Amino acid sequence: MVPNTLTIAEAHEQLKSKKISSAELVQACIDRIEKMDGTLNAVVCRNFERALEEAKKIDTKGEFTHPLTGIPYLTKDVFCEKGVPATACSNVLRRKDYVPAFDSTTTKRLKAAGALSLGKTNTDEFTMGASTETSCYGVTRCPWDTKRVAGGSSGGSAAATAADECLFALGTDTGGSIRQPANFCGCTGLRVTYGRTSRYGVMSMASSLDTIGPICKSIEDIAIVLETIAGRDPLDATTSDVPVPNYRQALSGGMKSMKLGMPKEYFIKGMHRDTEAAVRDTTKVFESAGATVEEISLPHTEYAVPTYYIICPSEVSSNMARYDGIRYGHTTGDAKDLIDYYHKVRTEGFGNEVKRRIMIGTYALSAGYYDAYYRQAQKVRTLIKRDFDEAFKRVDAIIAPVSPTPAFTVGAHENDPVAMYLEDVFSVSQAMAGIPALSVPCGFSKEDLPIGLQIMGPQWQEERILKIAYAYEQATKWHERKPKL
Amino acid sequence: MANLSNDDVRHIAKLARLHLREEEVEKFSKELTSILQYVEKLQTVDTKGVEPTAQVTGLANVFRKDEVQESDATAADLLSCSPLPIIEKQIQTPSAHGS
Repeated sequence: MVPNTLTIAEAHEQLKSKKISSAELVQACIDRIEKMDGTLNAVVCRNFERALEEAKKIDTKGEFTHPLTGIPYLTKDVFCEKGVPATACSNVLRRKDYVPAFDSTTTKRLKAAGALSLGKTNTDEFTMGASTETSCYGVTRCPWDTKRVAGGSSGGSAAATAADECLFALGTDTGGSIRQPANFCGCTGLRVTYGRTSRYGVMSMASSLDTIGPICKSIEDIAIVLETIAGRDPLDATTSDVPVPNYRQALSGGMKSMKLGMPKEYFIKGMHRDTEAAVRDTTKVFESAGATVEEISLPHTEYAVPTYYIICPSEVSSNMARYDGIRYGHTTGDAKDLIDYYHKVRTEGFGNEVKRRIMIGTYALSAGYYDAYYRQAQKVRTLIKRDFDEAFKRVDAIIAPVSPTPAFTVGAHENDPVAMYLEDVFSVSQAMAGIPALSVPCGFSKEDLPIGLQIMGPQWQEERILKIAYAYEQATKWHERKPKL
Repeated sequence: MANLSNDDVRHIAKLARLHLREEEVEKFSKELTSILQYVEKLQTVDTKGVEPTAQVTGLANVFRKDEVQESDATAADLLSCSPLPIIEKQIQTPSAHGS
């Protein structure tokens, strides 16, 4: 087996038994990137030499106690790694290479475990989008059909993982940005409970919704990465000290007498027939594993996207204020004064989607409109959260589609921001409620495009949804199918 | 129905420190209006007596000791990220009062 196609768990066994070396593993990923990435455009910054150097050191030492030691991965280009350019795929940082002077907590924890960063992956500009089409480096293509998008915003991370350019990748999920591209590319991706992983050193988009999580080739791998990166961080005051369990241990044990709910609001007019069929079909697998599936209702689902597109841009308009061309980023030579300088730096640096969100947010937060927009959205957020609280009194977990269709074609939503926002219709409610949710492969459409199943659990119950996803994955093996590239 | 005029868009852009060309004003007023009309739906939800949710962790008043701690980044590292001239450990910006 080619080493870069292995899962983390498989590669770890081979490293431990010295069947392969970490340097061979890293080199196999590098070769794959060099061969495939001209087509996919998933990797925007290559840090190969450093990864190879570190791999050789690890091989010399020969100790593979942590399952991530010697394992190569890629990071979405919004994470800071000391000495490696970070651009958020935006001209506001790219034009004068921003090179962070510190590590994000997540990449620091991975480094301490011996994982090796190969570089950075493509994303929508500052993670604002559902297709990576707003990236200043251009779109990432779906490995299953390169006329289509890989999804977004963590499209580069999902495409790279699906195409075996790395063993796993990091992403961020604010309103679906891990789950939707994982779903489009046939990977598994986890949005954690808000506060489960540290946001320190990751560029903020919407601070009350942003989460950091893994995109992997199997549920076991998700568990391995999660237990390495989760837990309280003094540098992010929104992280919780709820204990981090041994997620791998929680995987086995099956689903006997578990109750699953399928929300009727997640099957809507206009959704792809094959998506609906594949998701509904999962019921049989769960029932034969001893679980029950019942229809439930999350009545405020239809308000989730409008709520999100007030709260998110409002927080965006505040977070993007820091890109003023003074401490870092793009600069301009001919400003007549400071105000003019701000205008020029930001106008030249930001792309259209970022400008749209900044302006919507500025409007929604401005005097006279705050109560009607932002405050009303926060109240509806409460109602959306309550829907989940009520549902979890009846069922252990909720199963649903991740998005209404498989990967769409490049350019399909050009010039129609609202159509692009509707891509998030099944993935923003979980963010509002702050609950964990994952995407696991559950079938393929007639066009041979991956379809994902979304599994949601109560706050801090990553263990439970991983256990359910593992039982499903082991019963179906959809995750083992690879794109023909 | 929310409807943003070109002047509204120029005003918002100014608050957000963005220059818009005339054709962009047209384009954004159409797009922003369509977004606002879409989110208008929220006005129909009865939220009487509902508390707003600002965050979902349940954490409140997270304190730390007020102690000096070592960081990965030095002051010099951070200053070197600036695209502007550095003079005596300070960043020289364009004048706030014009030149």
